Amino acid sequence: MRGTGDHWSGKGYTMSLTFNRDIFGDIAEGNERWEETCRDSFSCKPERRKRFTTVSDKDIKGLYSPEDIKDQNFMKDLAFPGQYPFTRGVQPSMYRGRLWTMRMFAGLGSAVDTNRRFHLLVKEGQTGLSTAFDMPTLMGYDSDSPKARGECGKCGVAINTLRDMEDLFAGLPINSITTSMTINPPAAVIWGMYIAMAEKRGIDRGLLGGTIQNDMLKEFTAQKTFMCPPEPSLRIITDTVEFGTREVPKWNTISISGYHIREAGSTAVQELAFTLADGIAYTQAAIERGLQVDDFAPRFSFFFNSHLDFFEEIAKFRAARRMWAKIMKERFKAKNPRSWWLRFHTQTAGCSLTAQQPYNNVVRTALQALAAVLGGTQSLHTNSLDEVLAIPTEEAATIALRTQQIIAEESGVANTIDPLGGSYFLEALTNQMEEEAFEIIRKIDDMGGMLSAIEKNYPQQEIADAAYRYQRYIDEKERTVVGVNKYVTEEDIPVEILEIDEELERLQIAKTQRIKNDRDSGKLRECLDKVAEACSGDQNVMEPIIEAVKADATLQEVCDVFRNVFGEYRDPGIY
Amino acid sequence: MVAKPGLDGHDRGARIIARAYRDAGFEVVYTGLHQTPEEIVEAAIQEDVDMLGLSSLAGAHMYLFPRVVTLLREKGAEDIVVCGGGIFPDADIPKLKAEGVKAIFTPGSSLEEITRWAEENVHPRGIS
Repeated sequence: MRGTGDHWSGKGYTMSLTFNRDIFGDIAEGNERWEETCRDSFSCKPERRKRFTTVSDKDIKGLYSPEDIKDQNFMKDLAFPGQYPFTRGVQPSMYRGRLWTMRMFAGLGSAVDTNRRFHLLVKEGQTGLSTAFDMPTLMGYDSDSPKARGECGKCGVAINTLRDMEDLFAGLPINSITTSMTINPPAAVIWGMYIAMAEKRGIDRGLLGGTIQNDMLKEFTAQKTFMCPPEPSLRIITDTVEFGTREVPKWNTISISGYHIREAGSTAVQELAFTLADGIAYTQAAIERGLQVDDFAPRFSFFFNSHLDFFEEIAKFRAARRMWAKIMKERFKAKNPRSWWLRFHTQTAGCSLTAQQPYNNVVRTALQALAAVLGGTQSLHTNSLDEVLAIPTEEAATIALRTQQIIAEESGVANTIDPLGGSYFLEALTNQMEEEAFEIIRKIDDMGGMLSAIEKNYPQQEIADAAYRYQRYIDEKERTVVGVNKYVTEEDIPVEILEIDEELERLQIAKTQRIKNDRDSGKLRECLDKVAEACSGDQNVMEPIIEAVKADATLQEVCDVFRNVFGEYRDPGIY
Repeated sequence: MVAKPGLDGHDRGARIIARAYRDAGFEVVYTGLHQTPEEIVEAAIQEDVDMLGLSSLAGAHMYLFPRVVTLLREKGAEDIVVCGGGIFPDADIPKLKAEGVKAIFTPGSSLEEITRWAEENVHPRGIS
């Protein structure tokens, strides 16, 4: 291909012009000859399987050639890094300028316990923080709620009050390090606590950088932490977008997430389509609020899964960038190139880890992390080998971080940008995934957008079907899971498991109750009334929330206001 | 009945299991997410189920599972067979069994193994 180098020089030629007519004739002829040889069982072994498929059950051909991308137009479809449509990367210099942010998700036990883990990760070279909250916090309940019994600090950190937030970030340079917080229904409250904590330390809110996940649409379809019904949920999110645009301009107001959609069992194309469709819904809602697309869209970020199928994942990341650029520019008429950027965080696939032979998980995670890097991720969490069993131990989390450091600094893959760009296979797969995902987005548009698609249970049912199909394949050994349905060993491989002290729950409840007893209850009532007023009317909820948490309102107290005004959402239990 | 006690939102397994039971010929009720032990027991009695499968992947099983078993006993429905599935430290499994959870299925269990266990070990209530 390099022989006809002129045509790769960025003049907007289609790929067919990359090769002169004679060469194309030669290629077709060569292809035919090759196929013939393959059919000849004397000179060529028959294929091992009837179908060769990706982990998402997509058929893959035995070979790809220039013919598969003959309609590709270099400047229109790929271009250069930092140039529309950003297929090859959002920044011009990508990892040669700055490596991706190594951002390990951490949260366990109390705020003080998690703070200790944060300090360890920063000391070991991590460059961004990422907070995992426990189930009650994720659902907007305090540790002393009857609904929280047995769950305090189990799969993340318990945050009830501003005091907890202060303990969580004690001694950490929050003015220079960015913080990601995986929180959805109560995102506005947790963000309010973070802002209040920073202001108490004398840091201007306008300087804060970080991310709140704040993506409720994928909660209804995949991750399933709920509070209020879809419509008011979208309204609160739009309040945060509006507030962030005005007050906290360096903050990513929504991390539009495909990760959980994939973990719930979707295919790669479904992950791509549903995530971008969620992004379309948030953009639409903010525009309807009266915001200018170029004012808020640059602060939307994305979060994808990196699953087992190496090339499918790289193609997905590249297709996502190109699709979002087109959606923003063509559909929403955004003019600021930053609005066209799809910046994303990646986490390796938790659902791909096995409890059997857990050390194999290090290898799985390394391959998935490599795919994320070759796909141009902006930040990355690598799962620990024991994450299928419990919250990671310090040792397991360190190996996972080292995995990223080896990819970054030993493997050489970060030396050049989009090193797989131009691969016949990868480009063909990227095109195909884009096409299929846009088809699903059209279907969702026809249903009236993502909100009504969710009300019709469309994405939920599609994901459930894909998840069941995948499990069937594993059961029928159509798909190999090493150590589970093939290469099984009998002996138990011991792994150290982190246990959360049961005493924690009692201590956390005591701490919260102490704060409740010490505060000014008149001031508190007044603040909560203001939150309720904002919810009932059309005033932005963020300032009243910040005032309420400064008056030591607990997470649940603010969330109860939401629940009272907007009602509660119950899982329809689709299977 | 397949149930999700507590606040844990990981329902991929529970929903796949519900469908697998259905495909194996069982009549299945799935409670949906975020059920308290009280709600689950009430629903199980109301629906007159023969077996109750509890799913947990977020570490609260040592409180939630025994609580369901206790409530069933209090309501005179201890003949509903309770089993559990999800992620559990090895050391917890004998403890859960001692509390009255009849079987525990962990990651890697096949759908066939899970449905076969029900076929072999669960009988319509009132018929011994």
